[in-house]
Amino acid sequence: MSGDSAASAPGRSGGRPGRPVGRKATGSNWGRLFEGGLLEGGVQGSPVIRLFMRWVRRPLLPVMRLWRRNIQLKVVATTLLMSLGVVLLLGFVVIGQVRNGLLDAKVRASQSQATGGFAVAKQQAEQDVSVTGDEDIAPEGHPSQSVIQWMSDLVASLSSGGQGAFDVVTLPAGGESGSGRGPRASGEVNPTVSVPAELRERIDSSTSPAQSYTRVVYNDDKESQPALVIGKQVNDPNGDPYQLYYLFPLTQEEKSLSLVKGTLATAGLFVVVLLGAIAWLVVRQVVTPVRMAAGIAERLSAGRLQERMKVTGEDDIARLGEAFNKMAQNLQLKISQLEDLSRMQRRFVSDVSHELRTPLTTVRMAADVIHEAREDFDPVTARSAELLADQLDRFESLLADLLEISRFDAGAAALEAEPIDLREVVRSVVSGAEPLAERKGTQIRIVGDQQPVVAEADARRVERVLRNLVVNAVEHGEGRDVVVKLAAAGGAVAVAVRDYGVGLKPGEATRVFSRFWRADPARARTTGGTGLGLSIALEDARLHGGWLQAWGEPGGGSQFRLTLPRTADEPLRGSPIPLEPKDSRRNRGLDDAGLPRGGDGEKSATVPVGQPGSGSARDPFPLPPAAVTPTADPTALPGSGARVVARSGRASGSTRMTPGTLGEAGAPLGGGGKDAAARRPSEDAGDPARRTGDEGPGDESATRDAERDGEASRGR
Amino acid sequence: MMSFMKGRVLVVDDDSALAEMLGIVLRGEGFEPSFVADGDKALAAFRETKPDLVLLDLMLPGRDGIEVCRLIRAESGVPIVMLTAKSDTVDVVVGLESGADDYIVKPFKPKELVARIRARLRRSEEPAPEQLAIGDLVIDVAGHSVKRDGQAIALTPLEFDLLVALARKPWQVFTREVLLEQVWGYRHAADTRLVNVHVQRLRSKVEKDPEKPEIVVTVRGVGYKAGPS
Repeated sequence: MSGDSAASAPGRSGGRPGRPVGRKATGSNWGRLFEGGLLEGGVQGSPVIRLFMRWVRRPLLPVMRLWRRNIQLKVVATTLLMSLGVVLLLGFVVIGQVRNGLLDAKVRASQSQATGGFAVAKQQAEQDVSVTGDEDIAPEGHPSQSVIQWMSDLVASLSSGGQGAFDVVTLPAGGESGSGRGPRASGEVNPTVSVPAELRERIDSSTSPAQSYTRVVYNDDKESQPALVIGKQVNDPNGDPYQLYYLFPLTQEEKSLSLVKGTLATAGLFVVVLLGAIAWLVVRQVVTPVRMAAGIAERLSAGRLQERMKVTGEDDIARLGEAFNKMAQNLQLKISQLEDLSRMQRRFVSDVSHELRTPLTTVRMAADVIHEAREDFDPVTARSAELLADQLDRFESLLADLLEISRFDAGAAALEAEPIDLREVVRSVVSGAEPLAERKGTQIRIVGDQQPVVAEADARRVERVLRNLVVNAVEHGEGRDVVVKLAAAGGAVAVAVRDYGVGLKPGEATRVFSRFWRADPARARTTGGTGLGLSIALEDARLHGGWLQAWGEPGGGSQFRLTLPRTADEPLRGSPIPLEPKDSRRNRGLDDAGLPRGGDGEKSATVPVGQPGSGSARDPFPLPPAAVTPTADPTALPGSGARVVARSGRASGSTRMTPGTLGEAGAPLGGGGKDAAARRPSEDAGDPARRTGDEGPGDESATRDAERDGEASRGR
Repeated sequence: MMSFMKGRVLVVDDDSALAEMLGIVLRGEGFEPSFVADGDKALAAFRETKPDLVLLDLMLPGRDGIEVCRLIRAESGVPIVMLTAKSDTVDVVVGLESGADDYIVKPFKPKELVARIRARLRRSEEPAPEQLAIGDLVIDVAGHSVKRDGQAIALTPLEFDLLVALARKPWQVFTREVLLEQVWGYRHAADTRLVNVHVQRLRSKVEKDPEKPEIVVTVRGVGYKAGPS
């Protein structure tokens, strides 16, 4: 029932922070959870975590933003990462191969060297057996001095063949020691440490040569080196086994390998950097036209239809450019065709109206002459003459309205604004409506005319709007009083015309401004309105950058409010008069709290306010702010017809205004639409009066108003 | 002076039906209408008939109404009432600036037309001898002359009426509505552009520097008043 209330009830949404209505919990899908949650502030949980997340996020945000927005960065970064991976893999493979190759050669050379050495050792031992055969009598376990000497000689002679290329080590077999044949080594090699124990065991347990990698440790200050060690168990002249090792330092190979590694790393780095640069260049080639296209598309959509892309070459980018240009051209063509069509149509309407005027003038004059002479006619003809004259009046006013509308449509309506006192206009309108009011038994009261209500406006248009509103109110007021209220506050002035007649059904508050709209098609057309009055009034209001809005409840009457900026070109942010009057049934709900309410009141107890469609929601006043749950029904958002768009040459998208709400004392609390709401905090800071009211302008009030479908101003 | 003959009216209109209807109405009111349908012949007809008032349709074949208006105004101060189908700012203002005293938008009621014509012819009644001063101008109301330093300034009857209305009450600020009523004879407020345009025309004739008016002074937000004598 009360769905027509378009203004937020006073106190309803007070003090609520203007959270965007559309924001909901982060979505169910993970991507959104991540993006919307982690990165955009949807993190739920303890304040500490949230604070921490914010702290972490803040420096990252620009980077993330850049990452999301910059495809070039993405491609270059991905290319860098991937080429780095490829280069690393390649490097490892190459290095492995080189090392294997180097070592294989070394091992083969070393093996042949060692084998030769072992043969020499064996040969020498056999030779010396014959030489030292006599001394074989020496007691077991005490090798003769000659064997010890022999072994030292052996080591010296074996190692002499390869100064620096290898070293020779002998170790006693089986780990025995103290036999006098202690470890010997050439070239300051520490024999026991340099030969791994595991190799020694292997040599002990077999007679074939074995090899291993190790590090050669020197007794002097020389650094230890990686080396290949090949060993074999050999017999000395006494026939006792001992271990003979060849140690081949891998210094050279190490050097070669590190050289290869260094080369590879340098090359890899260059490759990666070059690939990145190439990717950057290549992507730039693609991205630059795309960015150009995006920029031009933006300019196109901003209305600069003659913008075109520069096309060079015949590649895909050029084709994109050509296609884009073709699209733009077709678009331009179509738009200009439509514009022409629209212009022609408007012109046609205008011309028709004008062409009709000359014959109509003749008819009019003829009818008047006949009408003047009707007393001389018989009753039937006389009545016909009367009907003729009356209907000509109606025809005339219809034609005039049509012409006026076509003038608005053509954008030919010009505002001749000068400072006027709206009280004068209201008084003249009211006095003009007095005869009609007397016939209807209605009394018209003017409220709020103690102080001047001055605004820069076109007096002729404002008078037309107000005459329309007042006459409508009287005609639909069913004989009850009509109250015309004036107020000025902030940068706005307002005139509200309140009647207590049949009111408006839900949804009608927006439709009343439609052309040729009638509340009830079945209702007899008793009043001779043209059906264009309110449409023209709305256009007049719009021309001023003002609002014309309606509120109504079935059976409870209606209120039409005209809000104008005090000075032309000043955007409206609120109206000094709440759209829903204080004496609406809903607002009286509180005052009559103890009294049984009508059907409306009963429902109010159960139906929460703000539900779209629950037109009869009437809630106690004042409602705790939290109880208002703004929903994001897109059809209910401002823009579904619940606003007036200022016409004055600004881009319509950015200057939409939604009706605001106002404090009871007339302080402008109301905000404009979303844009205005977004700006509000700073603006309000300078205007304490705006804060004193308990009525929060906020988006949700506007939204809810629209949801209630009671908002009457119409946007197109 | 014209008690029997209320006035000759030249109707310049190409629509024969409307012209005929205008003739019927005007004759019914005691005027003496004569007709011309072509803009090119309008001036010749004007010279020939010497009407007291011209009803001029703005849209004419041949010379258009604006041009005809300008030509007539160039040689006579006779009242000109335009008939126009367009009440748009530009058309009306151009018409008024070309010298028309008043305009009436089609479709109009016969009574409205007659009232406008009467208002424009009203000043033909004998005025009382009266001498007025406004700024450095001397106005002889009966003699219908305005002089500055003995030099006569040519004004149309309407401009003269406007000046006289202001000069008679130099202490009073006239709103445009009041001037419309007093000078044009509108009973309720109409298009205030009429006043604006004619004040401009008047200033261009009587002011030494129309940019800095001293005779007809604008009172911002209210209207006009006579400059100090």
